[in-house]
Amino acid sequence: MPKRVLLGLLLACGLAAPTLAQEPKTGGVINAVIQPEPPGLMLAMVQNGPTQMVSGNIFEGLLRYSPKLEPQPELAESWSVSEDAKTYTFKLRKGVTWHDGKPFTAADVLFSIEMLKQTHARARTNLAQVDKVEAPDDYTVVFTLKQPFGPFLGIFEVGSMPMVPKHLYEGTDWKTNPFNNAPVGTGPFMFKEWQKGSFIRLVKNPNYYEKGKPYLDEIYWQIIPDAAARSVAYETGKVDVLPGGSVENFDVPRLTKLKDTCVTGAGWEFFSPLAWLWLNNRQGPLADKRVRQAVMYAIDRDFAKDVIWNGLGKVATGPSASTIKYYTDDVKKYPYDPAKAKALLKEAGYKGEKIRLLPLAYGETWQRWGEAVKQNLMDVGINIETIATDVAGGNQKIGDWDYDIAFTYLYQYGDPALGVGRNYISSNIAKGQVFNNVEGYSNPEIDKLFADGAVATPDSKRKEIYEKAQKILVEDVPVAWMLELQFPTITRCKVKNLITTGIGVNDGFKDAWLDK
Amino acid sequence: MKQFWKSMLRSPSGVIGLVILLLAISIALFGPLLFPNSPWRMVQRPFLPPFTLSTVPLGTDALGRDVFAGMIFGARVSLLVGLVSTLVALVVGIPIGAMAGYFGGKVDDALMRFTEFFQTIPSFALAIVLVAILQPSIYSIVTSIAVVSWPPVARLVRGEVLSLRTREYVQAAVVTGQSNTWIIMREILPNALSPVIVLASLMVATAILLESSLSFLGLGDPNLISWGYMVGAGRTVIRQAWWITVFPGVAILISVLGLNLIGEGLNDALNPRLSREGR
Repeated sequence: MPKRVLLGLLLACGLAAPTLAQEPKTGGVINAVIQPEPPGLMLAMVQNGPTQMVSGNIFEGLLRYSPKLEPQPELAESWSVSEDAKTYTFKLRKGVTWHDGKPFTAADVLFSIEMLKQTHARARTNLAQVDKVEAPDDYTVVFTLKQPFGPFLGIFEVGSMPMVPKHLYEGTDWKTNPFNNAPVGTGPFMFKEWQKGSFIRLVKNPNYYEKGKPYLDEIYWQIIPDAAARSVAYETGKVDVLPGGSVENFDVPRLTKLKDTCVTGAGWEFFSPLAWLWLNNRQGPLADKRVRQAVMYAIDRDFAKDVIWNGLGKVATGPSASTIKYYTDDVKKYPYDPAKAKALLKEAGYKGEKIRLLPLAYGETWQRWGEAVKQNLMDVGINIETIATDVAGGNQKIGDWDYDIAFTYLYQYGDPALGVGRNYISSNIAKGQVFNNVEGYSNPEIDKLFADGAVATPDSKRKEIYEKAQKILVEDVPVAWMLELQFPTITRCKVKNLITTGIGVNDGFKDAWLDK
Repeated sequence: MKQFWKSMLRSPSGVIGLVILLLAISIALFGPLLFPNSPWRMVQRPFLPPFTLSTVPLGTDALGRDVFAGMIFGARVSLLVGLVSTLVALVVGIPIGAMAGYFGGKVDDALMRFTEFFQTIPSFALAIVLVAILQPSIYSIVTSIAVVSWPPVARLVRGEVLSLRTREYVQAAVVTGQSNTWIIMREILPNALSPVIVLASLMVATAILLESSLSFLGLGDPNLISWGYMVGAGRTVIRQAWWITVFPGVAILISVLGLNLIGEGLNDALNPRLSREGR
């Protein structure tokens, strides 16, 4: 099986584990694929996946996150939390300069927060609990919260809260600022040039505050629109790094068999993409809990993992990915059991009413997955009709609640208060939007648990609350959880130490080096 | 009629084409009886090469679905779409062409400008747009193929009718006070049909190709398996598994070839000049 090969290679190469204590070598140029071409590189205003991947190496946040999502110092050197968990004090690193030579100070932090509140939807939500931000001196920033907010230390990742140079943006029209096209950050790499449709070139920041880093001289992000051509570019040696999702899954086994090739699924822990099926709880047979449970039993999720995702990923047990805080697998289990599904359908009195299935129009893998799920459901007697749409059309249908079952996957951002609750609380039922509670699940108990969980202290209390919420949700099956997705990053083995954090390639070039 | 079959059977291409078509039709009709399982069902391990297991003679695709079952069920969709959309195109094209040719003048102008309007748009592009707007389903695919294929029929019929309506027997019918409908239906159209039949056989082939191309691009009916879909879905894994694309591709090739051969045979049989020489 290909997955064995994959895992074997993963272990053999040890890309993610810096166990082989080798001295990093300085110098070298890396070619990486970026897919699709980002719409812009100003991270404070554009948050598309590819933007985060390129600009995460130009900009920096106050904190960085380990694969276990523990906060680590970046622009903030240390931090402390007050007794009542309402005041967070960050000590900034001294001697940090922007790429244009101006010093980075607390004033930049205050400015960035004000700017992000207007330009970055997720940052705005994350900062909602913040009462005020102050800078007693140039290298101290104090956040005062309205009430304790458990996940607060999880919101300072570079893509969630990038630091922006005040001296270049203050008093300008942000949207038309010329530095949007030539971003200036504090990160290990500086923006050099962008040949649209061809490549983005970053060069080493010679004045980087961590002495000796970065090791690489240059990064070329190659833009190659066709999936097959991206695989070929790797095979012919034009590129050395294929970030997660840049080649089709079925190409992965072939590429990983190539000489000197390493693959890892690590580096997505912060995002923890979780795939599930929206089930429209409002109408038709799916309004019945037993039918929704039957859907869970009817779908062979191991097959999806092994065949469609080539063994990468993990079968989901509930609303939280296993990398998210307070995850528990002590919940009701739904193994592949068609007989049980049939029995539940019979009990619920399902009589073959037509149910519409909306696959995700994100390419081959998702199309095949839609076909497999359809067949699974048909096999237990659910009458499925697949509706073909494009991405925009699908989003519209889901947002308008005009669907029965629909594929999706969402990022979870490390904490249930940041990325899980939003899909199940009834205050998030809002027609027209795609990533909220579109299934229409409404349970006052769940509402209360998520409301309490966000602000409860200490941690053990939060754990208790979220574990209870997971149990209730898994029993009720508001949506059908499928897989914790893993997007394999494929590199030449000579690329060392690329993935060391919870966001992987997005800020990984700081530590990466080339073994020549 | 007897003579028609005689001359049809005398042309080798016609015979080969007929055999292929009959074979394809019988597979489409009776094949699913032999394979009661849905072609979407995952029956074996994925990427099983052909000729290794007798239960899945042509191997399996990326999800472990039987390629042979897909071919048989695909024959149904491909032939059905080909025949029905051609029929619809004829039903639209023949009356328009006949009216334009018979009445001439302003009617002719109006109808022909209308026809040209469709002919100026590249037919495949128009078909894609129509299917995308109407949402992919078997109905929207038949509709859009019919919409892009009737104009040649209309023009052909118009040309035939134009030349026939000046013949003496037609003028005689006019003089005896027959109604226009009667004249078109009974006097003109039966004599104009030979080239239309030849064209129709080629249109079926084109329609099968169009349907395959649409499915190849992912615009097929997601609930029905077709040869074009199989080629499209297998295209991306062609380097790992050639058989997923090659077998349905060959099926498309053979059936389109068969229809073209039939067209040739029909042309030989129905062309009075050629058939007279043959006799």
